[in-house]
Amino acid sequence: MNQSLLTVSPSPHVHQALTVPKVMQTVVIALLPALAVSIYTFGLGAIYVTALSVFFCVAFEYIIVKYLLNQQPTIRDNSAIITGILLAFNVPSNLPWYIILIGSLVSIGLAKLSFGGLGNNPFNPALVGRVFLLLSFPVEMTRWPVPGNHFSIDGASGATALGILKEGMRSGEHVSSLMNKIPSIPELFFGFQGGSLGEVSAFALLLGFGYMLYKKVITWHIPVVMIGTIFIFSAIFWIIDPSRYVEPLFHILTGGVMLGAIFMATDYVTSPFTHKGMIIFAFGIGVITMVIRLFGNYPEGVSFAILIMNAFVPLINKYAHGRRFGERKEQLRIL
Amino acid sequence: MIMGLHSKLKTFQIGGIHPDDNKLSGNVPIAELPLPKMVTIPITQHIGKPAKIIVERGDIVKVGQVIATHEGFISSNIHASVSGRVGLIEEVMDSTGFKHMAISIRVKGDEWLEEIDRTDHLIEHFSLSPAEIVEKIMAMGVVGMGGAAFPSHVKLSVPEGKHVDCLIINGVECEPYLTADHRLMVEKSHEIIVGVRILMKALSIDRAIIGIENNKKDAIIAIQNEAWRHQGISVEALEVHYPQGSEKQLIQSLLDREVPTGMLPVDVGVVVHNVGTTYAIYQAIQKNKPLIERVVTVTGKSLKNPSNFLVRVGTPVAELVAAAGGIPDDTGKVVSGGPMMGKALADLNVPIAKGTSGILLIPNEESKRAEVYNCVHCGKCVEVCPMGLEPYHLMLLTRKGDMKRAASEHIVDCIECGSCSWVCPSNRPILDFVRLGKGRIKKAK
Repeated sequence: MNQSLLTVSPSPHVHQALTVPKVMQTVVIALLPALAVSIYTFGLGAIYVTALSVFFCVAFEYIIVKYLLNQQPTIRDNSAIITGILLAFNVPSNLPWYIILIGSLVSIGLAKLSFGGLGNNPFNPALVGRVFLLLSFPVEMTRWPVPGNHFSIDGASGATALGILKEGMRSGEHVSSLMNKIPSIPELFFGFQGGSLGEVSAFALLLGFGYMLYKKVITWHIPVVMIGTIFIFSAIFWIIDPSRYVEPLFHILTGGVMLGAIFMATDYVTSPFTHKGMIIFAFGIGVITMVIRLFGNYPEGVSFAILIMNAFVPLINKYAHGRRFGERKEQLRIL
Repeated sequence: MIMGLHSKLKTFQIGGIHPDDNKLSGNVPIAELPLPKMVTIPITQHIGKPAKIIVERGDIVKVGQVIATHEGFISSNIHASVSGRVGLIEEVMDSTGFKHMAISIRVKGDEWLEEIDRTDHLIEHFSLSPAEIVEKIMAMGVVGMGGAAFPSHVKLSVPEGKHVDCLIINGVECEPYLTADHRLMVEKSHEIIVGVRILMKALSIDRAIIGIENNKKDAIIAIQNEAWRHQGISVEALEVHYPQGSEKQLIQSLLDREVPTGMLPVDVGVVVHNVGTTYAIYQAIQKNKPLIERVVTVTGKSLKNPSNFLVRVGTPVAELVAAAGGIPDDTGKVVSGGPMMGKALADLNVPIAKGTSGILLIPNEESKRAEVYNCVHCGKCVEVCPMGLEPYHLMLLTRKGDMKRAASEHIVDCIECGSCSWVCPSNRPILDFVRLGKGRIKKAK
């Protein structure tokens, strides 16, 4: 050792091991159970769409950063992979390749890099891509593939459970007759339902949630509060009028609630810093989701709800502080 | 009864982290380091004014002789830690990285002042009055040995109008790697408890709590075996939780009192002293021994023999490293203190000071900072900040130069524990900027 070559830097001199690329890796692993169920439910289309989406997202990140922005490529932080997977998870498994290409470009180019890249985007990139596609290609984006043959559900082909419900409600059908057309609660829980590629299995998504909690990548606040809010909100309507509103379990097991609560709303960049802020944020998403589902035109509202609350994050950050040391008022009681 | 071994252990309430504790030298008994050929004793080993030099080059000094006297109240005496001839008195680089005046002494023999009792004989009885105790502690140059080196007599002089009802003895040693306090508690529990009683008398109080983290079970048992004999002294096993050794956090852990922002422990009726300091106070009062030596942990993953040495103040770091098996080839950084709050040294000629608790050798691969990514807003720095601050925001405000806002966001409450930088998954130098911001605000005042 040459003494003159000692490194001198301010403390701390140690660092924990979970750096950004590893955090992203952990999230990717947490997404795998959902992908596995998706392959089981929708076949190889699921893997095709996911692979394409990841490839496009990473490629756009590389090309734009290197050749348009003339900066060091940032793909090694692994965040583009997650955007790719999440975009794929939010579209049908039979989406044509060129629509995936456009979605990836919007997610990475418009929603992420035009704001300054990782950490600077106000809105969840995958959701911006998804909503862009939903508005631009409404037909392709809602042409839901039928779940695997042996789990085919009568009358549910080509529509999601929420879609069937919305249509039924519009035509004034009674909830009990509608329930016959949609998968049972266990089927919904394990993922044998129509819908976006990665959102169908609450079970698989919860496995991922457990893994991320175990690895301390996220905290419980956003998923629990968001799902809890939706549960309570729908329970109130269900109790008031069970002939017009479905039971709360149905609401938390269908559509993008689980995927949104566990993987989209918990996106570090577009969610608040403090636990208090996270709770406010997640509560807002839950309420907006249910307002859209029950009173809006779309059958599903998780994507919109998250994007709307994303816009409030700077405001939430400004006011939702944690408890500071030395602020406690009853301080001097002991003297 | 040892509180907490079966129930949930106490700890502080906001934030905190759990770094690997790497206490490599926890079972290594304290060994006396052979005398060096030369010592360099800085006159600024404490917070406050530098001491005034009262020896000249060529003077012959004995161990324990005062060589620099305190200047004012918040200052401390400096004593010769070796016997021999005073050499150059000049500015040398100390562990802060700045040059300060220091007195060098060429070692000759080991001749101590007569009044100093060098035996291991335990003296339990003391009869000094509180004022005499404080005065003697001041004369013996005792300062806080946990790191900050605040003169101990100042802490024991409770300002008028304040009332202290509890003494806390800090045996937490929450910094990874360091084991100096741990070994002292295991090997010198008798003396430490006498020291606690002296401190209680100095403060005229009848309650003391010794807080020890639960990764030092042998120390808890050793101290408990002595403490139970004395009314008012209790031992509390604490959850392992960094930065529990910080005064404010420790007070909250043990007493559930929260020092209000901008105030001191004494404002909530508490005085905190480190176990090392308590041992030094025992020696000062009972053995007439000034603070001229201390236990220093020498450690590191690649070091051959991680050790705990009893070292004379002023000994060059290089001597300790050599005694622990020599500097490993892969050494990339040498830290004075622990890895969380210690200071990186530019070379190994830096002298051991009264506040040096350890020397840590960090291998090359761990000594460089990793690649920095953008802030991903994960909120982990906010989650771990033990002061409940928002470190990412303080960094941002400092970069923008908005010091007014930074001040209103309590930037000066930061205790510089390093938890934010430690946890940041983007490896951002958060604490560097917070320090910079604190410095700017202090300068403006």
